[in-house]
Amino acid sequence: MISRRNKKLAFLLAMMLVLSIFAGCGGQAGEEEPGGETATIPVGINVELSGAVASYGSNARDGAVLAIEEINAAGGVLGKQLEGLQRDCKSIADEAMSVSAALVGENIVAQIGPLTSGNVAGSTPIMMENKIPLIAPAATAANVTVDEKTGETRGYIFRVCFIDPFQGTLMAQFAAENLEAKTAAIYGDTSSDYAKGLAAYFKETFTEMGGTIVAEEGFVKGDRDFNATLTKIKGSNPDFIYVPGYYEEVAPLIKQARELGITAPIGGGDGWDSPDMISVAGAEALNNTFFTNHYSSQDTDPKVVDFVEAFKAKYNKEPDSFAALGYDCVQLLVQAITEANSTDPQKITDALANIKDFQGVTGKMTIDEQHNPVKAGVIIEFKDGSQTVNTRIQP
Amino acid sequence: MQEKSKSWLQFLLEVIVLVLLFTLVQYALSAGLVNQSYQITLTSMCINVILAVSLNLINGFTGQLSLGHAGFMAIGAYVSVIITNFMDLPFIAGILGGCLAAGIAGFVVGVPTLRLKGDYLAIATLAFGEIIRVVLQNIDYVNGPAGIMGITKLTTWPWLYWAAIFTILIIVNLMNSSYGRAIVSIREDEVASELMGINTTRYKVLAFVIGAMFAGLAGVLYAHYFYIIRPETFNFLKSFDMLVMVVLGGLGSTTGAIIAAVFITFLTLALQKYAAMRMVIYALTLIIVMIYRPQGLMGNKELSRKTFSGIWGGRK
Amino acid sequence: MLEFLQQMINGLSLGAIYALIALGYTMVYGIIKLINFAHGDIMMVGAYVGFFSITLLGTDIVVAMLAAMIFCAILGVIMEKVAYRPLRNSTRIAALITAIGLSLFLEYITVVILGPTQKVFPASAFPVKAYNIAGLSILNKQVFVFVSAVLLMVILQYIIKRTKTGKAMRAVSLDREAAVLMGISVDRTISITFAIGSALAAAAGVMIGVYYQTINPLMGIIPGLKAFVAAVLGGIGLVPGAMVGGFVMGLLETLVMGYGNSLYRDAVAFGVLIIILLIRPTGLFGKNTGEKV
Repeated sequence: MISRRNKKLAFLLAMMLVLSIFAGCGGQAGEEEPGGETATIPVGINVELSGAVASYGSNARDGAVLAIEEINAAGGVLGKQLEGLQRDCKSIADEAMSVSAALVGENIVAQIGPLTSGNVAGSTPIMMENKIPLIAPAATAANVTVDEKTGETRGYIFRVCFIDPFQGTLMAQFAAENLEAKTAAIYGDTSSDYAKGLAAYFKETFTEMGGTIVAEEGFVKGDRDFNATLTKIKGSNPDFIYVPGYYEEVAPLIKQARELGITAPIGGGDGWDSPDMISVAGAEALNNTFFTNHYSSQDTDPKVVDFVEAFKAKYNKEPDSFAALGYDCVQLLVQAITEANSTDPQKITDALANIKDFQGVTGKMTIDEQHNPVKAGVIIEFKDGSQTVNTRIQP
Repeated sequence: MQEKSKSWLQFLLEVIVLVLLFTLVQYALSAGLVNQSYQITLTSMCINVILAVSLNLINGFTGQLSLGHAGFMAIGAYVSVIITNFMDLPFIAGILGGCLAAGIAGFVVGVPTLRLKGDYLAIATLAFGEIIRVVLQNIDYVNGPAGIMGITKLTTWPWLYWAAIFTILIIVNLMNSSYGRAIVSIREDEVASELMGINTTRYKVLAFVIGAMFAGLAGVLYAHYFYIIRPETFNFLKSFDMLVMVVLGGLGSTTGAIIAAVFITFLTLALQKYAAMRMVIYALTLIIVMIYRPQGLMGNKELSRKTFSGIWGGRK
Repeated sequence: MLEFLQQMINGLSLGAIYALIALGYTMVYGIIKLINFAHGDIMMVGAYVGFFSITLLGTDIVVAMLAAMIFCAILGVIMEKVAYRPLRNSTRIAALITAIGLSLFLEYITVVILGPTQKVFPASAFPVKAYNIAGLSILNKQVFVFVSAVLLMVILQYIIKRTKTGKAMRAVSLDREAAVLMGISVDRTISITFAIGSALAAAAGVMIGVYYQTINPLMGIIPGLKAFVAAVLGGIGLVPGAMVGGFVMGLLETLVMGYGNSLYRDAVAFGVLIIILLIRPTGLFGKNTGEKV
């Protein structure tokens, strides 16, 4: 019985091998013509609506949807209405790829999202293959838009957020110069490549400027208890604590740090930007904390004020940075469509690559040759419960 | 007697059907009849089939509840990417390396833990799976939590299809051999089979290692199709997904596992539009199927020629 | 030494929360041999009930906790009746899959209704004060969490050891068939077990809300998993085991974070679990019962 089965198997395996060789000669699938004359302009919104980072994805989605509604109410683009096709990528890279492919099948002219660098990476090959632009709201890893192996820019991938090196370096300079810190502790989100990136560049710049890193610790997404590590950090008595991560973890972290009697200044990146920071950590705990950001939601710039008001009116909540970035993605796309005077994905891509001085909610930006936005950074300080701009850094 | 004399003919028929199916899809792919979305679904389908069928060997046939399958998949994925992308060796080396590494990991995990029974084994394997993930997250060589991005796409339809068929064949043949009967006897009554002189530990470890190797194979194919791998992808929820396929199909039914894997893959695709609601629908599907058909779609029966001949009213 | 004591305080409050969740796991397991993976999500529902009780109804924290406990007790009973009872005589793995299904259902129905974004427990619900005792910083919320957890455990222990219901629970868990013959209503006893376990989880949920201030629909997954590990650590099915397991887990995590590499916290927790299982497969307090042939 067994030997016969084995013979069968051997035969089958041989068949497989032969066939696979033949199959390898098969040609590639032809490409469909994207675009075409349609009544609306379909825009893919491929974001995380379930899974680990569902809250970021849905906030960015809310921002993007608001932008689409505003544009449509103002008459649309090139006389056509935008149509946002919302899809959930489950916070998984392979699902992001699958969703992108499905969206491409629906003739989208561009895709907004996903949020995290990893999920954007999942989506990237599909966008590149089909030559349709992707605008990432919050993917900050340097290699999202640039292929590290070849050094070439990924032609169809854009973003509206800072990249990791910028923020980490900025905060290190600020800590060393403005706060005159000699020693620093890093306590970041190690489950996020974003926070890890910020931490790495902070460390590099801070040590270059003569500072010493006295402690390096990490937490992971979903953690709510930081007392143990904070107690340890307190023992090393740093002049400054760098906490790159997202507000969901950072807010309770800062609160617990202050409760333990840590008074050193604490700094972070744009992941801190949320109204929840103040409601969770409290105004008092947040004193003497700083973060790098694109803009301040309490900015008096009319563009920001209008956005915050419209967002509050529609969703009955305050926008966080993801919402603002999602909003800007759509606005940037609209500017590109207008400049290209076409809904052809290739022409939109070319226009995107040449965007100059686009005025978004998160600041004025110009897309550079690596498809990163060049925009001003601000260092925001929490003072008695409100965000105040401490320092403005022009690019 | 008739069965035996016909077996070569039937075998040839099987081969023709398999090859025909392969060629048909291959033709459709090369003629551009399958859009990209379905190409990806097809890929997920094959990978899920490999995962479900191999997990079914451990959970269904051997009766050992394992919740760490995603960990072995991760090892296969990471090791193969190191081989193909970091060391620039051919894909076949990556496949062999990935399977071997996952198999070794299966052995290392299996030998101590398979002494445990039931829920204790479940939690121990879950713990091992999570440890693998945490360790990967802390290895800078593979970029920690960010994962490896820009993996060369080497997984093609022939690889996927024949890997899935290969997995099914090996496991079906294993289960039809004396090894298979020993394995099933462990599930039915471990003490009794031990008294019959079966070295139960040996067979449990064997099944576990084979299962882990195929999980590794699925990982290799996954990594070389989906462009990026991250430790987070292989968390315990991924193991749960695989378990769901196995139980939905019917524990101890290879055809059931295949059907469930295909069904779940299409369900996932069909629900993409429904945002968070998709997970509610998915959850309800699970609960309802379990309440009304707790033995799974197929029970422990197989869908085979006999099933069909029964339907056609043929001889018994 | 001071730092070590501080770490112990941190660990005890974390452990108290784990222990409360672990109790529900272990009670349900003890009585129907089911790993109720939805247990962590019941805790999440409890946290939301507490949140709405405070924000919408303006109740204080004790009332909010009671409301959450009652709501979740009912939810637990309904879950058992609708989803688990029909499966009582099928394989345990089918029940396990149902539990996973229920877990996903609770998580995502909350996402659909309330959105995935976190909600902030109002700080006014529990004004935080810090006490400085001999250089140690102890917060009133730590005391609150620890004391109410211990109080609930004492009540639970009383119910199990001293009341008729508790006797019935122990009887059903020991031998269901024999319990039926003794005239114990198995269905009722199982319902009560679910009610108590879920109520404890709800209390833990509200405590997490108070302690960490934010709640979100997916908050139950990780504490649920950790509490489950704690239950196994102590010997699953054993009430004192779950309490000790919870505290061991809390202290262990705190020590790894405080003195080891915080990145390997989860790996160490799971590693210890595996070692315990290999040395004492029935957990710290489990009795090794021989297998019946």
